[in-house]
Amino acid sequence: MSSIMVSRIRKQQIARLIANGKRIDGRGINEYRPIKVETGIIEKAEGSARVLLGRTEVVVGVKVQVGEPYSDRPNEGVFTVNSEFVPLASPEFEAGPPSEEAIELARVVDRGIRESEAIDLEKLCIIPGKKVYVIFVDIYVLNHDGNLIDASALAALAALINTKIPVHVVEEGEVKKTNEYIPLPVRNFPVAVTFASINGRLVVDPWLDEENVMNARLTITFEKDDKICAIQKGGEGTLSPQQIIEAVRIAREKAEELRKLVVGG
Amino acid sequence: MNEKVKLIDENGLRVDGRKPDELRPIKMEVGVLSNADGSAYIEQGKSKILVAVYGPRELHPRHLALPDRALLRCRYHMAPFSVEERKSPAPSRREIELSKVIKEALEPAIFLERFPRTSIDVFIEVLQADGGTRCAGTTAAALALADAGIPMRDLVVACAVGKVDGVLVLDLNDIEDKEGEADVPVAYMPNLGFVSLLQMDGMLTVEEFEQALNLAIKGCKQIYKLQKEALKAKYLAIKEEVEGCLQ
Amino acid sequence: MLYFENREIVTPGELLAEGNYIAGNNTYKDGSKIYASRLGLVEYEEHVVQVIALNTVYIPSVGDQVIGKIEDVSIFGWTVDINSPYKAILRATDALNKPFKQQKDELTSFLDIGDLIFAKIIAFDRTIDPILTIKEPGLGKITQGQLIKVPPAKIPRIIGRKASMINMLKRETKCKITVGQNGIVLISGSSPEHERLAIMAIEKIVREAHTSGLTDRIAEMIRKEKGEKQ
Repeated sequence: MSSIMVSRIRKQQIARLIANGKRIDGRGINEYRPIKVETGIIEKAEGSARVLLGRTEVVVGVKVQVGEPYSDRPNEGVFTVNSEFVPLASPEFEAGPPSEEAIELARVVDRGIRESEAIDLEKLCIIPGKKVYVIFVDIYVLNHDGNLIDASALAALAALINTKIPVHVVEEGEVKKTNEYIPLPVRNFPVAVTFASINGRLVVDPWLDEENVMNARLTITFEKDDKICAIQKGGEGTLSPQQIIEAVRIAREKAEELRKLVVGG
Repeated sequence: MNEKVKLIDENGLRVDGRKPDELRPIKMEVGVLSNADGSAYIEQGKSKILVAVYGPRELHPRHLALPDRALLRCRYHMAPFSVEERKSPAPSRREIELSKVIKEALEPAIFLERFPRTSIDVFIEVLQADGGTRCAGTTAAALALADAGIPMRDLVVACAVGKVDGVLVLDLNDIEDKEGEADVPVAYMPNLGFVSLLQMDGMLTVEEFEQALNLAIKGCKQIYKLQKEALKAKYLAIKEEVEGCLQ
Repeated sequence: MLYFENREIVTPGELLAEGNYIAGNNTYKDGSKIYASRLGLVEYEEHVVQVIALNTVYIPSVGDQVIGKIEDVSIFGWTVDINSPYKAILRATDALNKPFKQQKDELTSFLDIGDLIFAKIIAFDRTIDPILTIKEPGLGKITQGQLIKVPPAKIPRIIGRKASMINMLKRETKCKITVGQNGIVLISGSSPEHERLAIMAIEKIVREAHTSGLTDRIAEMIRKEKGEKQ
């Protein structure tokens, strides 16, 4: 994949500032860009949210349908996360099947939700072994200015909390849709915190120029009780074990801060 | 639902009789394919993985070539017969993610800048999967790269740690991976001391994660000794044969 | 501080030396530490720490003599496979002594796809593909003989110190042996048996390059093979 060429001078500027604990946009190394979360923006979706993280913009739509459960989990609902890096979001994105970055992002967001058991899947069963609710979480990146993972994870969480299930009942062995809606049972609130390692220093919430000069990226997802439920290292560089442990500790705090934006204080 | 499998017995031993910090039996062989520029085969427990490296070589299509370094491409793929229920040969999203993650584990170790405008292709074929395939695949890929004579800063070695029945265990097998509470695969550059692959799924406290990371690195260091032996084996055998003495 | 014995086998990343040393072939320096970058035999000589690699990739170097195979013809010349990640170019002006009219047919009558040449690299850097010439004495189209491919790292062993090994091979096998720096060796003898003997010897050198006492063992093997013929 080609990268947006960052000029050598800019790379040096960014690295020099970070060595002094500063960033080119004036933020502290542990500071997030301004975040805005809106929910219920797509009425035809059963749940939706839009997150603005600096200039990165992500929309998540949740669709709820009725389908078959997995054969090894007959009493549980199903959920799946997909992501699209649509071409309008960046000169880097091309139309076509999801790139490896898009797939990785969807799987990391999925991991956060699945491993924290955020959705109570057993409550999504309609007819055991035959019919369950299927939750489609679709992540749509609208503008890429860095740190798509955190923005997408936050939008996915907000969208799920916002989701209303169209209630289906069983009448004479048939599944029928009613006019009632109930909130999706969301019982955990996973939040992803991503760092970039630049010249050996870690910075939180890298924006695009920082991503283009970083050695490696580390994402840590925390659930509501301070347990880690997902970690993903990305990028072609390395991290020291000390950096990893330091990042995990900082992430615990940041996750709590971000969670408050989505789950009422 | 089915009865919950007991993963740690009264003596603290695992389903296959191992202690929590014990690796599965590992076998490695280098230079097993004659057409590839470098190759390696690894067996870790019941997982069997074959890796071939082609390159550095001319890159097609040309427009993908990087002007100042080689392009590293990696394909992690599972054979249809490698798992219990036949797997479709088409690449799954999991295989695509793992291909990316393994490529990123190997990249920092290779002197890519020495071969501008070329490609180095790593093909990882899982012939039988019983847990830990991305780690064993990474370990074998490093051997194949060294076998191909590609200059490297360090080898890369990988190992996973999990949590079963509340206990942190090294080198998960398939059952432990599926039924356990966490899975932390780690790839490590043993001489330079850096981590190049790190993932986690499950639930761990911060303290448990730190312990898991340290345990995984310990496992990596043990596997590294086997990697070195595997690379030297062929040459030491010839040396012994002709010089009639041990190194 | 040296961490290995001379001629021990080392693997990529192993710390070879620390202190005031020079990082030689197949090693790299980080601060005052020198690490191996390839699998091979470590050699400490004076202040230089190097690794004699067991396998390498052939990267063209200006001045190298190489054996190549014609892959393609165009109006200006030929594309040549030189057993390297980089394809080489042989321009008509570096091949023909007479001035030529730009006609593709003329070129194929001189060198066609599949032909072998012994050439010299006259230009190469990061931005351009290697450029060859066959106009110097000793270079040109190869018309007979057998080729074998060896890891480029073993070429120095086949040549030997002050050409001792290769001269011994030529003498004992009565073959003309042309060595390309790119890991291709051409053997041309008076009979197939002589050529086979030379090939056997070279394969043995490649296999045992990292051991000591090799020259004697090769000479002995050749004599034994010839003796059995008598």
